[in-house]
Amino acid sequence: MADLSIDFAGIRSPNPFWLASAPPTNSGAQIIRAFEAGWGGAVWKTIGAPVLNISNRYGTLSVYGQRVVGLNNMELISDRPLEVNLREIAEVKRLFPDRAVIVSAMVESDPRAWADIVRRIEDTGADGIELNYGCPHGMSERGMGAAVGQVPEYCEQITRWVTSVASIPVIVKLTPNVTDITRPAQAAVAGGANALSLINTINSVIGVNLDTFELTPSVGGKGSHGGYAGPAVKPIALHLLSAVATTPDVARAGLPISGMGGIQTWRDAAEFLLLGATSLQVCTAAMHYGYRIIEDLTDGLSNWLDDHGFASVRDVVGLSVPRVSSFGDFDLSSRVVARIDPDKCIRCNLCYVACNDTAHQCIDLHDPAGIRVDPGYDERVNGKAVADGRPQPVVREDDCVGCALCAGVCPVDACIEMVSVPSGRESVTWSQLTREQPAVTQDWAAMERYREEVGIDIH
Amino acid sequence: MDEPRRTAPLAELLPPMTEQEAAVEANRCLYCYDAPCLQACPTHIDIPTFIRKIATGNLRGSARTILESNFLGGTCARVCPVEELCEGACVLGKDHTPIQIGRLQRHAVDHVWQRDIEIFRKGEPTGRSVAVVGSGPAGISCAGELAKLGHDVTLYEKRELGGGLSTYGIIVLREPVEVAQRELRSLTRLGVEVRTNTEIRTRPDLQALLARHDAVFLAVGLGAVPAMGLVGEEHVTDGLSFIEASKLDPDHLHVGREVLVIGAGNTAVDAATIARRGADVTMVYRRGEDQMTAYRHEYEFALLEGIRYRFHTQPIRVLSEHGRVTGLECLRVELGGLDASGRPTPILVAGSEFVLPCDQVITAVGQEKPALAVELGLETEKGYIRVDDDLRTSAERVWAGGDCVRVRGSASTVMAVQDGKLAARAIHADLTANAPTTTITVTPSVTGEVNHG
Repeated sequence: MADLSIDFAGIRSPNPFWLASAPPTNSGAQIIRAFEAGWGGAVWKTIGAPVLNISNRYGTLSVYGQRVVGLNNMELISDRPLEVNLREIAEVKRLFPDRAVIVSAMVESDPRAWADIVRRIEDTGADGIELNYGCPHGMSERGMGAAVGQVPEYCEQITRWVTSVASIPVIVKLTPNVTDITRPAQAAVAGGANALSLINTINSVIGVNLDTFELTPSVGGKGSHGGYAGPAVKPIALHLLSAVATTPDVARAGLPISGMGGIQTWRDAAEFLLLGATSLQVCTAAMHYGYRIIEDLTDGLSNWLDDHGFASVRDVVGLSVPRVSSFGDFDLSSRVVARIDPDKCIRCNLCYVACNDTAHQCIDLHDPAGIRVDPGYDERVNGKAVADGRPQPVVREDDCVGCALCAGVCPVDACIEMVSVPSGRESVTWSQLTREQPAVTQDWAAMERYREEVGIDIH
Repeated sequence: MDEPRRTAPLAELLPPMTEQEAAVEANRCLYCYDAPCLQACPTHIDIPTFIRKIATGNLRGSARTILESNFLGGTCARVCPVEELCEGACVLGKDHTPIQIGRLQRHAVDHVWQRDIEIFRKGEPTGRSVAVVGSGPAGISCAGELAKLGHDVTLYEKRELGGGLSTYGIIVLREPVEVAQRELRSLTRLGVEVRTNTEIRTRPDLQALLARHDAVFLAVGLGAVPAMGLVGEEHVTDGLSFIEASKLDPDHLHVGREVLVIGAGNTAVDAATIARRGADVTMVYRRGEDQMTAYRHEYEFALLEGIRYRFHTQPIRVLSEHGRVTGLECLRVELGGLDASGRPTPILVAGSEFVLPCDQVITAVGQEKPALAVELGLETEKGYIRVDDDLRTSAERVWAGGDCVRVRGSASTVMAVQDGKLAARAIHADLTANAPTTTITVTPSVTGEVNHG
């Protein structure tokens, strides 16, 4: 069985799964239950400035019956008295010395206020501090949270205030609500951060009630943006993680990254690890199903590591980072086509309609005799036997651009595979091509000549 | 038999789906393109679309999608042999569980019924008039489609209640009486005049209809229940009458304690299912399990209900004492070569008489061909009314559909609905092609003819 333990900037935990700073880590009693369930660590719900909360606070996105595909929250940082939180933090750390207990903090932009909170957190015996630069609502209006995270200069300055007084690791949590996340990331590095974590929640309005016309959630009839999380944000989180992990300043500084944003299963977790996360934070999945999900998270991750011959979770961190590239470096001569396995195909023909209406019209329907037929039916024929004579989708590979839409919509696992085929062309990237033949990027006639020369046919 | 008497109420067997249940099931549908369920449905309801509308919460739109293709969507949702049709063709059936299309359809149609919503309005009046004879599924379907197109429709029904087999012949466990009555209400709201207790019996009756209406659609169903030629047959309960009594007067339904049902078709299974609510029931069939005409799922349902089967058994005599049935004398049967229907010929084994004790014998061995066809002077085909692809009979301005023309295919509600729809389309085309014209003035020197086209 693979070793799941991690060392994150000196913070140790028996597995990489931490509960993110959020409602699941609101109190000592909750975190004790989470640790009893097996969580490797917890980032305490942000403590700091006094706040008042509103009701209600959450909005959820359902997609065709699947609940909580996304979760939007308008809850602020902890509304429990600072003293109570600090006392419970100390108690939890005393009871669970092997778990990572990290405290998220957010105070006014004043070096004395930060120095004070850092001292009080260190007095609890906590393993680290996470600076909440991401809270997108309620706190940002008061010059905290995202208001800091969105301005690299503030980000660097406050990080420096904290790192200059802290003796425990300082993690800077980045907001996704910026145009270029690598700039606050670099600012955090410059400010002396020991680690980064991302992503915080994304600005969102979850929906509008079609009967009352109120926004969801509605606070006495009024609504506002909140912070979006859950499975729907995972692709955005993976992108921002890959962007930060490949930022040279971050890479040079060797800062570990705590990845989060839509981690629901061990599969999601493994993807974050491969793209450079060392520890993983989870919130929405726990809010949907409870702390018990940790069992499959650790069990599944361990089995996956075993299946791939990895002895430790540390061995997979960042394995996919070297594959992060960009359009200019893609091989334009790499070619794949879709291939439909007729034995697995259930003839729902969703690939056919997707390709025909919205992609490249390269899937045909063939009747059982292999003759190309149009969709449609004979009005005078009926009965379940129609399923036997049903046409089968077949890819015209010569015309297939390999877009993979069909494979995406196919409801049967591994029925449509994208298969590499020789293009017959020499490898060339867009960057190379534009260096060698700049005319093709500016003149359609030149582009047409180039296509003809190398044998690229666009139908 | 020591089993307690079953006293399960006579009510619809499948419960309605809850909103949540329907939403979960609707979301399981793949929304296939050019879907096989749509093709398999004899009325070609756009099933993926109506299910998607359930998933999006557009229940009224869902009902519209259903009812546009099938005016009797509420009935068909309950009585269709979905295992043989839409659900049997579902792509998820192969290695999974097909979508419960029938129950979802019922959910959508019930939604508008419970809110008393009418989906359709009578079309712009065409000034043409059609008589529909018989208010079973084919008749209701045809009348509904014609009214939507703006024709004046009069629906003639010989019995006291409209609905035909839906009202009188489908057991409550599948379709309560109210369902067909609700469909008839939709008809009357479309302006269809329903005349019950009015029978079309003779050629002059038909001529009278043709004199009053521009077209006639005959949906007269099948004929009488045939005699079996049993000795003591007067003590036998007719299966269709038994089912009818169970629907319309269940409190006075006579059910024995030890019931034999002769026959192995769907009506026989239905009658047995009703009897089983209070009795030990054995079905008696002269051929074997493989030759039963009942749908496989009906047979399996009967087994689950605890109904027993006695195959290769030919009844010959009903035994009785003082007018009370005491048993059924039968002969053993061996199966010989294939007959014209492709099934093995039953051969009676001489001297093999034996008696099955019972206190009630119910028969369900089919109905005779529609005798009315000959009476009305229509050409027939193997006893059924002969029609062309547009359901047109040999008589001018007369169309026919439903069981009375079912020389090919299976006699089922949904096939009758489709007949009614196709006939309505053909009648409409015919009537509008010869639309009455009052404003055309013609100069004789041009053609000398009035073109009503």
